Amino acid sequence: MALDSKAEAALALSRFGLGPRTGSIAAIASDPRGALIAELDRPGAGRITNAELMSGGAAARAAFAFQLAQRELRRAAKSAPKEAPKDAKDAAGEASRPAGPAPARPNVGMAPQQIYLDEAKVRLTAALDADIGFVERLTWFWSNHFCVSADKAGVRPIAGAFEREAIRSNVLGRFVDMLRAVETHPAMLLYLDNARSIGPSSQAGKNRGRGLNENLAREILELHTLGVRTVYTQDDVTSFAKVITGWSIVNPVRDPERGGEFTFDPRMHEPGTQTVISQAYADAGFDQGRRVLADLARHPATAAHVAHKLARHFIADDPALVLIERLAKRFRDTEGDLKEMAKALVTAPEAWATPRSKLKRPIEWIVGALRATGASVTDIRPVMQAQSLLGEPLWRPPAPNGFADDDATWLDGLSQRLDVANQVALRIAPAADPTAVFEEALAPIASAETRRTIARAESRSQALALLLMAPEFQRR
Amino acid sequence: MGPHAVTRRRLLLASGTLFAWAHLPRLALAEGRDPRLLVIVLRGALDGLAAVAPVGDPDWIALRGEKALTLEGKTPALALDKMFALNPGMPNLHRLYQAGAATIVHAAATPYRERSHFDGQDVLESGLARPGAVSTGWLNRALATLEPAGSANSTSTKPRNAFAVGPIAPLVVRGPAPVLSWTPPRLPPASDDTLMRLLDLYRHTDPALARVLEERMGLAEIARAGGMEGGQQRPVAAAQVRAFFAESAGTAAKFMARPDGPRIGALAFDGWDTHANEGALDGRLFALLSALDGAIAAVETNMGDAWRETAVAVITEFGRTARINGTEGTDHGTGTVAFLAGGALKGGRVLADWPGLKEASLHEKRDLKPTTDLRAVLKGLLRDHLRVDEAALASKVFPESSAVKPVAGLLA
Repeated sequence: MALDSKAEAALALSRFGLGPRTGSIAAIASDPRGALIAELDRPGAGRITNAELMSGGAAARAAFAFQLAQRELRRAAKSAPKEAPKDAKDAAGEASRPAGPAPARPNVGMAPQQIYLDEAKVRLTAALDADIGFVERLTWFWSNHFCVSADKAGVRPIAGAFEREAIRSNVLGRFVDMLRAVETHPAMLLYLDNARSIGPSSQAGKNRGRGLNENLAREILELHTLGVRTVYTQDDVTSFAKVITGWSIVNPVRDPERGGEFTFDPRMHEPGTQTVISQAYADAGFDQGRRVLADLARHPATAAHVAHKLARHFIADDPALVLIERLAKRFRDTEGDLKEMAKALVTAPEAWATPRSKLKRPIEWIVGALRATGASVTDIRPVMQAQSLLGEPLWRPPAPNGFADDDATWLDGLSQRLDVANQVALRIAPAADPTAVFEEALAPIASAETRRTIARAESRSQALALLLMAPEFQRR
Repeated sequence: MGPHAVTRRRLLLASGTLFAWAHLPRLALAEGRDPRLLVIVLRGALDGLAAVAPVGDPDWIALRGEKALTLEGKTPALALDKMFALNPGMPNLHRLYQAGAATIVHAAATPYRERSHFDGQDVLESGLARPGAVSTGWLNRALATLEPAGSANSTSTKPRNAFAVGPIAPLVVRGPAPVLSWTPPRLPPASDDTLMRLLDLYRHTDPALARVLEERMGLAEIARAGGMEGGQQRPVAAAQVRAFFAESAGTAAKFMARPDGPRIGALAFDGWDTHANEGALDGRLFALLSALDGAIAAVETNMGDAWRETAVAVITEFGRTARINGTEGTDHGTGTVAFLAGGALKGGRVLADWPGLKEASLHEKRDLKPTTDLRAVLKGLLRDHLRVDEAALASKVFPESSAVKPVAGLLA
């Protein structure tokens, strides 16, 4: 099916980007593919430079200090039962204040929830400000591929830093670099329990009698690289888990300056050579694990796994095999150059010929609605509540395999989307003119029925809600 | 306007000023009035013939058949006079009418003669003679004229505030005069009407989405039966609409009743676009009119003593076709009703220059012919209730309307 240039531009914006804003379709209609590639080629693409955001280490320390202060207050409350409870409550109430700029109070640190909200706001702003949003979409894709959960102890204050430091820094770089950054990030080490995994024969293992935790090693093989039921065995999981013992986090009590940062602790590291997928790795401390990751990153099974996920996310639940193979070959040929993968994706004929069958993920749809209506967001919380209501709470996936990427899962939330659309129309974007939004965001790909339904709505707010719910606005 | 009127205008200003209420007793005593005006906009176009039926018109039954409201039958309409009867969903308005505190205007319309909701709503709320880019509403501009010109000599008068209920002020109350607003803590969920429109779109364009929506909304059964039988609303949705209408209007009244509160308010209720299964007697429109009736009751209750000085004006962008269409509803039309309620009114009357219902009498052979310009009614209210200057009404508030004379004698 041949698309006219505006329809192709609209497809580019929804399939690969975050949806049109006023003028977006016209701006890229002359060369939608070129515009997507140009976004990849921008210097610093994907990175967020915001001086107000803390590094993962600083965020972990701020959260630690906050929790310490809270504990102090509770202790004081216990020893002085007459007056202290009120003080404790007030202090907690103020420190955990959810809205507004973060108060700079280094002595009490910062509430994990506040750090989380600040990071969420910056992430949303990046999505609303993007011209097309292809790099943001790639970031979200990889962030979900290598997901962590803010619901795991210690992860909430550093989930945002994880995405910025491990994902964004490498989103157009090499897969192996992203893999290494991810698997050594404290957020991942906490989420998948490796921070506490101890080699049985290591110094700490012999002293404490605690041992190995295979969680991270298994998920690296199963989810992050090779893929489930591919070339690895349980022995490979166990050996690999031993390889990455000692990949841990600086204890903030022992080292307040560097607390919360990654460390390789040789006392926890299992000594000796380990064999992972028929390859022997001599014990080289931290480097032993880096070498395994390097080999996993260039394994053909990883190329196939990543290619399939990428095609499934952007193109269709059941993408053409020829497309997957082309992407996998590009991955192998470029040693996992993710920018080249992205280019291969948008230059593939299937990327444009495949019908728009995928339901937008909740956050894509919410951001698309905000972009299309030109709504500005001052308070991040309603947006996050909507995200949660629709089943995709930010950085809180139900399991290490991340949020689902198939149509069936998200179809379930369609009626909740209607309620959110209604709220957006009434509360968030009531000043938007549905006719103008339609012309700018949907007209090139809208059916006659959709056009008529919006034009015949009984009020502008109903028209806007129907527009946001139109199949052409739901699917990409 | 003579000097007396000017004095009255100043009085009105002072008594409503939010921060000058300490002066109120003396000024109010001098004038003896402290008027309130609440405007309720019904978006979607109310079927005036289903709300107030011309039961005395010989062509009425033939026009609507078994859908016609009559004084007999299972749910008899509430008699107003020899000619008209009120929808049975509005017993409270009927009571007010009998007590002389409600007036019904029939066969009325704005100057707009096309049939687009958006344009029609713009004309209704902007007060302009035709659709176009607008950013201010007639109620706000009326308010602005109440400010003393130049205000150099006024020491304590601050701009008189209007009050809007809803997530955003309706256009009618937007403009230069400052507007306070209050939003109900819970907005209503997407209406059944929105749902049915969406379902219709999905059925024609995306069966997979249609299926999900049908199942999720518990509509699978209804879908199989081939439509929302009789226009029945899901009871939960109807209750939510009732609660939302009553809370919105009731809260506006609470604020406006306060001595230092705003004196002018506006709110909008959606849902009146009844193309299919209108249900005037027992379905969707009945439920909506009943919710509106509840909202008017909430205003009366919460105004307390201020009800005596209150006028509520309920208006809609246009009417609907005189005949029932092929889907047991009505399509966009022209002439319709407006409701006026409140203790300040000289009510108990239906104001109508009745055009008749014979085909030749209908506007374009399909709609109730408008014989009263809605602006004449609104101008009468603004002039006699709020003391808005008549020249300003004809130029600033309703531009190009000098030929439309204010209706006199609306107020007690």
